[in-house]
Formats: sequence, C-alpha cells, structure tokens
Amino acid sequence: MRIFKTRAARAITAAVAVGLIATGCASERDSDNESGGKKDTFVFAGAGDPGSLDPALASDGETFRVTRQAFEALLEHESGGTKLVGGLAETWSSNDAGTVWTFNLRKGVKFHDGEAFNAAAVCANYDHWFNWKGTYQSSAVSYYWQTIMGGFAKNEDPETPEANYKSCTAKDENTAVIEVKQPSANLPGGFSLNALAIHSPKAIKEYEKQEATAKGDAITYPKYSQEAGTVAGTGPYKIVKWNKGNKEVTLERFDDYWGEKAKIKNLVFRTIDTEEGRRQALQAGDIDGYDLVAPADVKTLEDQGYVVPTRGVFNLFYVGMSQSANPALKKKEVRQAIAQAIDKENLVKTQLPEGGKVADQFMPDTIEGYSKNVKQYPHDPAAAKALLKKAGAQNLTIEFCYPTEVTRPYMPAPQDLFELMKADLEKAGIKVKPKAMKWAPDYLDATEAGSCALHMLGWTGDFNDGYNFIGTWFAGFDKQWGFKDKKVFDAVNAGSKMGKAEERTAAYQKANEVIMDYLPGVPISSSPPAIAFGKNVNPPNVSPLTQEVFAEASFK
Amino acid sequence: MLRLVVRRLLQLIPTLLGLSVLLFLWLDRLPGGPASAILGEKATEAEVARINRALGLDQPVYVQYWRFLKRIVELDLGTSTQTGQPVWDEFVLRFPATVELSLLAILIAVAVGVPLGYFAARNRGGWLDVTAVSGSLVGICIPVFFLALILKGIFAVQLGIFPSYGRQDTGINATDVTGFAVLDGILTGEFDASWDAIMHLILPAVALASIPLAVIVRMTRASVLEVQDEDYVRTAEAKGLKRSVVRSRHVLRNAMLPVVTAVGLLTGSLLSGAVLTESVFSFGGIGSFIRTAIDGRDYPVLVGFIMFIAMVYVLINLLVDLAYSLIDPRVRVH
Repeated sequence: MRIFKTRAARAITAAVAVGLIATGCASERDSDNESGGKKDTFVFAGAGDPGSLDPALASDGETFRVTRQAFEALLEHESGGTKLVGGLAETWSSNDAGTVWTFNLRKGVKFHDGEAFNAAAVCANYDHWFNWKGTYQSSAVSYYWQTIMGGFAKNEDPETPEANYKSCTAKDENTAVIEVKQPSANLPGGFSLNALAIHSPKAIKEYEKQEATAKGDAITYPKYSQEAGTVAGTGPYKIVKWNKGNKEVTLERFDDYWGEKAKIKNLVFRTIDTEEGRRQALQAGDIDGYDLVAPADVKTLEDQGYVVPTRGVFNLFYVGMSQSANPALKKKEVRQAIAQAIDKENLVKTQLPEGGKVADQFMPDTIEGYSKNVKQYPHDPAAAKALLKKAGAQNLTIEFCYPTEVTRPYMPAPQDLFELMKADLEKAGIKVKPKAMKWAPDYLDATEAGSCALHMLGWTGDFNDGYNFIGTWFAGFDKQWGFKDKKVFDAVNAGSKMGKAEERTAAYQKANEVIMDYLPGVPISSSPPAIAFGKNVNPPNVSPLTQEVFAEASFK
Repeated sequence: MLRLVVRRLLQLIPTLLGLSVLLFLWLDRLPGGPASAILGEKATEAEVARINRALGLDQPVYVQYWRFLKRIVELDLGTSTQTGQPVWDEFVLRFPATVELSLLAILIAVAVGVPLGYFAARNRGGWLDVTAVSGSLVGICIPVFFLALILKGIFAVQLGIFPSYGRQDTGINATDVTGFAVLDGILTGEFDASWDAIMHLILPAVALASIPLAVIVRMTRASVLEVQDEDYVRTAEAKGLKRSVVRSRHVLRNAMLPVVTAVGLLTGSLLSGAVLTESVFSFGGIGSFIRTAIDGRDYPVLVGFIMFIAMVYVLINLLVDLAYSLIDPRVRVH
C-alpha cells in the first residue's frame, strides 16, 4: 500500500503537470489568436473538401468558395449583390442578336505566375475548354461549360449538347471578342461563373499535358488540379498549399493584385463536416467563420457576440412531384390538393431563418422575371379534400422521400420540414409513406430518376437570370417531374433565345404564369442563409449568390 | 523467432485469399451488379452495359476474379468514386492519422488500465477496487461519441485547453515526411509541430480509449486475481523472494498474457472503428473517410479498406504472438 501511495502521488503530480503545460499552451494559442493587429491568418470552415483547384472542372460550392479567391472571370457580381459588374473586363457589350460579345479588358493585370493578362489569355482559356477531349467531355467534369456553351469542337458522345461556342478573337491586346452561334439566356451571366474564370496561359500549357481519366463512373482528376503549384489566376489570393490530410487549403495574399489588396495575409479554408463541429470550433476560437449555420443557432451566436449576417434571398425550396412515380399526380386536382394542403406560412415561420419568404412560383421575387400574376393556391385543407374527392383520389397514398444528414441553404432541417408537411397532407386525408434516404448519392439519384412521388429539393441561383431557375427544371422532359407538356416547355424556352434582357424578363413572367397554372410541383419558400464570423471579424459583404470575397474581410 | 514470423506472414496468404473470394462474391452479387450499385436508380441498360465493359464485368467470372486478385497484389485498388483519386493514395494520406490516434488511445488504455487493474486486484474489495470496477462499467456503457462530445464541450469549447478539431493548427506549417504528424515533427526538428499534433490527439484519444481502458482494467484485475492464487506464486513467496520480485516477475508477467491478446484485438478494432470519434473531432483519418464511402457507395474504397484492415489485423496478431514469446518463454519452445 505504501508503494501505491507514493506511485499514486507521483501519478497525480504528473497529471497536474501535464494539465499545467496544456493550459500554458492553450494560453499561448489564445494569445496567438487574439493579439490585436498581429493576427494575419483567417480560417474559414466549410462543410466539405474542394474537389479540385481548377474551377473549370468543378460544379460544387465548396470548390468555388476556395477558387473564387484566386481566380476571376470576365464579369463578376457587385459585392454583396446580384448585379453584373466588370471583372477582368472593365466593360462589355453585345450585338443586338446577343451572339457577339466584346470585352474591353482591364489593363495592368498579372497572373500569380507573373504572366500578363490580355485578350490572348482570355482566348487561350475559352479555346482550351472548347477543345477538351476524352474524360474532360464528361458532364461530371465540364458541367458548367456544357451548361453555358454547349458541347465541344468535336463531341465524342452523341448525348453531349451541340456546341454553342463559336470562337474567341483577340481583337487587340485589351479587347477580346467571343462569338456564340445562338443567343442564350445564360449570357452574359455565364461569363461571371468562376468555372469560366481566366487562368494563366502558361498554366494552361501545363494543364494540357495532363489528362483526366475515367474508369466506370470514377473520374480521376488531373494531378495539377489536386495540388498547389501549377494553377494560376489573377485573384487577390494565390493558392499555396492543399493539405488533404489536414483538410485545409491555404492561400496567401497576392501582392501584385490589380485591385484593392486583401486585408489579411493568409486565408485558410478547412473542412469540418458537421454543423455542430463548425459552431463549436468558432466558439472555441479555432476558426474565424463558417457557413451553413443552423437557423436555430443564429440567435444564440448573436447573443454571444458573434457576427452572423444573413445573405440576400436568392434560392428556392420546393416539393417536387414525379408523375411517373405515382400516376395519380397526372391529375391536376391531385397536384392542386397537395399544394393547398401544405401550410407554407407555417413552414416559413417555424423552420426558416428570419427573412424567409413564402414562394408562389419557381423563382424568388429577387429575380427579373418574377410574376405578380401567377395563380395562387392558398392553404385550405377543406378545399384540398374536395379536390381529391373530385379527382376520385379520396384514399390517396403517396410516397414522400426526404434526405437525411444534410443541410442546404434553402432547406436547413429537412426532416423537420418533412414532418410538418406530412402532418399537413394527412390533415387533408392523404396517407403519406415516408422514405428517408441519404442525401448523396441515394436521395439525389432517386429524385433525379423520378422514383420519388413527392420529394424536397431546391436551388441557389448562379446568376440573376430567370432561366437559371425555371430552365433548370422545365425546359423539357425531366425524369424528376415525369411530365411532358408542350405549353410549359415552349413558354420556358421562349425567353432562352432572346438576346435582350428586358424581352427575356417578360417571357419569364409569362412562363411563370404558365408553370403555376400547370402546377408541376409546389414552390415552398425562399430563404436567406446565414454565415457566422468571430467576434473580432469585420466580415466580407455576404452574397446572395454565396460568392463571398474574403479579401474584403479584416480583423477588428 | 524467425520461423514464427515467417509462419505468421505465410498465414496472411490464405486469410487474404479467402477474404478476396468473399469480397469478390459480394461485389458480384450486389443487386443489379456493381454497375447498378455505382450508377444507382438512374441507370439505364445502355449505361449499365457501358460500365460493365469499362470494368471488365462482361468477362467470365474466373477472368474477373483473376484480374481482381492481380490488382490487389499490385496494390492497384482502383479509384475512389468520391474523390477521383487512387484508393491507395487516399489510404496513405489518411491512415497515419488513424494509426496515431489509435496508438495513443491504446497507450492511454494500457498505461492507465494495467496499473489500475493490478492495484484493484491487489486491494480486492477496497475503495480502489470498487472505483475501478464501477468506473470501467461506466466506461463501457458510455457511447464513445457522447464522451467525445462532452470532452470537446468542456476542454475545447468551454476551457479552450485543447483544440476542438483537426490534426494540426493552421499556422504550424509542418513539413510532411511520413504522414505521421507527431513523428514528422521529431524527424524534422519541428518540435512545436509534434506538440501541436499531440494536443490535437489528446481529446479524441481519451474518448477512444474509454472502452479499451475499461476492458483492460477488468481483464488485468481478473487475471491478477487468478494468478496471485497460483501455486507457483505461493512457492515463490515461500522461497523467500522479495515481494516486489514475486509481483513483477511471477504475478504481473503471467497475468499479462490474456491482456496482451486483448490489447492486440482492441488495437485492430480501434483502427477500423474510430469513425464516430474522428467525425466528432473532424480528424481527417480513415474512419471518417470510410463513413463517407459507405454513404456514397464508394465500392473501390470499401473493398480496399476491408483487405487493408484484414492485413493489419494479421500483422497485429503477429506482434501479439511475438510479445507472447517475450513474456512467456514456453511459447518460443512450442
């Protein structure tokens, strides 16, 4: 026992010593983080790793959050807004048909590798994408090029859309002219996409030496896109390290940046895949900001002194209906009954962050093309019951899929939203068969394939054009909805080929009215997603398009 | 000793062969085959045929199995469908984090569990014994992820003593040599990086150690109680050997045999089962990667992981056998 006592005493002493050392280290950590004016690293946590350091190969927000700091496109959106402004092009114009786009480029711009930015560099990029071959032509790799410009110089798959891109000409050192075959609603908005940001021509020559490869559906991205060193843009930060093991990408201020220099020297994006983990890391002082804040946490964080701005409304949350999954949905009365059964006001009031709005059509009211004359379907369980009776569907049983373990900017708590909607539908006499599925790939695959009679999804706009919303869903037959209606498709596509924005706006308004008369699904809400920052942070202007520029951020 | 090592290594071959057959059959029997598993519900017949051709699934079964085996031997485990990178590269990137975490967890469990179990047995019925037995019961009962959340809430968020997530602080900028953050700091002389990595390891390792610690305490206690009543212990005491010699050479050494076996098995299970702890601390090891692989039906990763873990289990068992022979010379004789 004597031995035990002495050993126990030693053990306790050792534990206290370790504790004291640990506390000492923690104090050091804290002082590093909070020494006013000395802090030169801003750490921001996202929910997932980027997929690539080359934005041209990406289509996801986590990748663009990183690459947007290092790469700039010809056009950008105004800070904190949705209006198109000059980016690498100071001014731009198009011919009346909207097929020839002339960009007057900014002078004195340098790439991170020292190369000069000019019209030849712009054309080198567009021609590089247009001439992609092999795996690069997979829509998983070149989604945005295909969305904006169609296919390639030589399509290798008959399912690849026909190329709309025609040519790029360097008229002089600072004037680039891009020609397309047909006017498109995706232009000029598409020129602002980070996926079409301009890379150094020297880097592009390196890119061209490497191939993306595919085996089955697994795509191996080229090496240059998986490590810092080769990629070079013109942005206020340059990418210096991608530590995949530590799940972080490090960027450093680019001192030769043409515009206002970044206020903080180092910018680090780290991945913390749970919402709670991100919140706790902010509260522990380990990070300076994070995205996808749960609406329930907003007030708590604000009360604790954190800065929690909300983005402008630029998304849409809807209940989709697949007519091929449940033939009862082919009857308009049934679709209308579902629309009138759901209490949207209650969903917005109880589940969405402050500033959320009830949606009455498939685009938010912040988009040009929103119509005030769409048919309304107010919440009315009695009317819903009557409609079901009229349709002979009093005993309607319907499968309702919802995703688990996911939070989207437009859909903060899917399961809670589902439960409320289920209760609403049951009040109207509809029997709901719930089907919970993992977000990726199960849920996304099932909804895309049209196997879920009812499901919940949404969309955050890429740029301010109505077609970016309604064209995404209703430009033609889509398995997700499982219907063919020429009137709807024609109305949606009418605006897509118009060169002038004002003409498109009128066409989109008409299209919204046609869509809501047909009622393919139920638009539920548009909501402003929140983003959180540390107490000592002056945050960047938050963007409705989730396109924050972290060069604007600083420490107090 | 060499024979033992060679024999155990040779045992790897039938183990892995058997496992490879099981895995191959599993992949082959997936509803709709691997192509449908990859493509999901959206698969059309044409797409399934295309994937089958690309993966060589239109070949006879024995050809497919031979190719499957060949790829495993060549460490060509395919490409992750989630990250687009070779599975082997992903393992090399993430496995060191899990190894570091698991080793520290088992180190904590052994360093605390063996003395605690030993002294609990020596003081059977006393306060230490009661505390150790009931404490180990609590350790087994508390879900690891819950303990991890509590530890993180108190020591990272409230007190700020330890970091709340990740493997290393952002400002450390450590040189990567082996992928083992603690070891790399020592090799390169960047001791601050090693210390930082240790600080990041402590909370997840303590959480992860809770169940092995409880098992080791109980096993050590039971084993010591059994051994200390053995005739040879009484004989040693009767011969007049010093108490400390009897306890260390006769009691503790013999009591350690079952504990060593348990430690081996526990280490293996930690390597393959640190999923929840890694997730709570966003640790970036193999556990969280496998979780997303399961969610995302990333079959190349899952197959590679199962083969890899089987190999690790066999190697750990080899180490356990070697440790046995060091503790008990009779093992060497037999």
